Amino acid sequence: MLLIECPYCGERPEPEFVYGGQAHVARPRVPAEVSADEWARYLYLRNNSRGVHAERWRHTHGCGRFFNALRDTTSDQFLATYKVGEPPPAAAKVAR
Amino acid sequence: MQRFSGLSLLRRGLAGQRGWQPQWRHAEPKPAYDALIVGGGGHGLGTAYYLASEHRLTNIAVLEKGWIGGGNTGRNTTIIRSNYLFPESAALYDHAVKLWEGLSQALNYNVMFSQRGVMMLAHTVHDAQVAKRHVHANRAAGVDNEWLTPREAQAFCPLLNIGDIRYPVLGAALQRRGGTARHDAVAWGYARAADALGVDIIENCEVTGIRRNADGAVEGVETTRGTIRAPRIGVAAAGHSSVVLKMADVELPLESYPLQALVSEPVKPVFPCVVMSNTIHAYISQSDKGELVIGAGTDAYTSYTQRGGPHITGHALEAICELFPTFRRMRMLRAWGGIVDVTPDRSPIIGKTGVPGLYVNCGWGTGGFKATPGSAHVFAWTIARDEPHPLNAPFTLERFRDGNLIDEAAAAAVMH
Repeated sequence: MLLIECPYCGERPEPEFVYGGQAHVARPRVPAEVSADEWARYLYLRNNSRGVHAERWRHTHGCGRFFNALRDTTSDQFLATYKVGEPPPAAAKVAR
Repeated sequence: MQRFSGLSLLRRGLAGQRGWQPQWRHAEPKPAYDALIVGGGGHGLGTAYYLASEHRLTNIAVLEKGWIGGGNTGRNTTIIRSNYLFPESAALYDHAVKLWEGLSQALNYNVMFSQRGVMMLAHTVHDAQVAKRHVHANRAAGVDNEWLTPREAQAFCPLLNIGDIRYPVLGAALQRRGGTARHDAVAWGYARAADALGVDIIENCEVTGIRRNADGAVEGVETTRGTIRAPRIGVAAAGHSSVVLKMADVELPLESYPLQALVSEPVKPVFPCVVMSNTIHAYISQSDKGELVIGAGTDAYTSYTQRGGPHITGHALEAICELFPTFRRMRMLRAWGGIVDVTPDRSPIIGKTGVPGLYVNCGWGTGGFKATPGSAHVFAWTIARDEPHPLNAPFTLERFRDGNLIDEAAAAAVMH
């Protein structure tokens, strides 16, 4: 079971949270204007990183807020958590 | 290859079990092959076997980064069934069941395929409607599946508690041709049979890069044991498919999650079939060794660690104890995880990639073991002929762009 540091509430056990998938996936502003390839990329393609992964979590059984996290998928260690809207901390630069 | 028979077992037994040969060679990598298979699980080894036996492609090798069958082939709960909703899926998985039925004879290796029946429980009105829809769709497609009342379900699996639980059993869908097989034996049997046809099985050989020529076509791989050239490469790397395909700049709509399973202490035969519940989420059967084999759900987050949270296995055990109160005193011996590659529609991807000579067989998610022979058979066809077999033609990578999903995710009505 993971221990996750909510940027608003502090460290809490994993069952208080819901996983929200890869972070920083931008929805095309005008879906009708993008190609089928770009739309499929937005809907379905995820980087599935082996290593540092930027992802969303929601503290459902706590403050209820979404936030982002950097986690190493080879160890499940959290490297950082940060608020929505903030840029990912420097560790994101090493994402494989 | 030493063929196994009752007589050969008796003869070696009387001779003190001496004189057995290794079942496959420890091959050293050659500089070049006609084709390479990346991934030495059941799907990869099976692909090599069918390439050699049905397509006469024997100058080939299987590259495995660890030991064969050490990944998901040796980590699953061995359930085999073909009662999927959509015609494309039912046809593909039933192709596998038909191959399972003759596999021990074809490989001269006992894979302990046991058609003990797979019973999928319904606990809500919605469950019952979905299950009946599956039953009708399967029967129309020529795949056996039948609806049982709660009493009939209990008669089929006498330990089942149908009434005194939070989510009572309202009925069940039973596929009698479904069952289990010995997962390790599947890897070993395919390896032995492929080796006998000349296939090199190279363990401890991790692919670290895919080489491509000026036209973009594949020409070989870089590995931890050197460069190996080949004009055709088939990747069957399960949870690591994204990682391998990224080496050739191919992106896949996959996410890799830990999926956990556990076994109990061994007991005498008490459990005659396979029981699954999608709604309260548990899978159970009994192995020939006597252990209860229990499958849990996936963890919430992507990971490559081959382990998951204990609250996930705990949840599966709570469901098992509700359905089978007699197992409440059983002790669990071992729990483990495997990394499963999940597609958005929960159907696999088997076919060509955008890169000439590069083929992929991935996205089996939480249910790849059951498909092993069928998957391997059509993947070998795809590699040998550079075009999909009719059974895997719908399972393209392009379906996610074109919208032709085979949406077993919605059809299963499981909380994914």
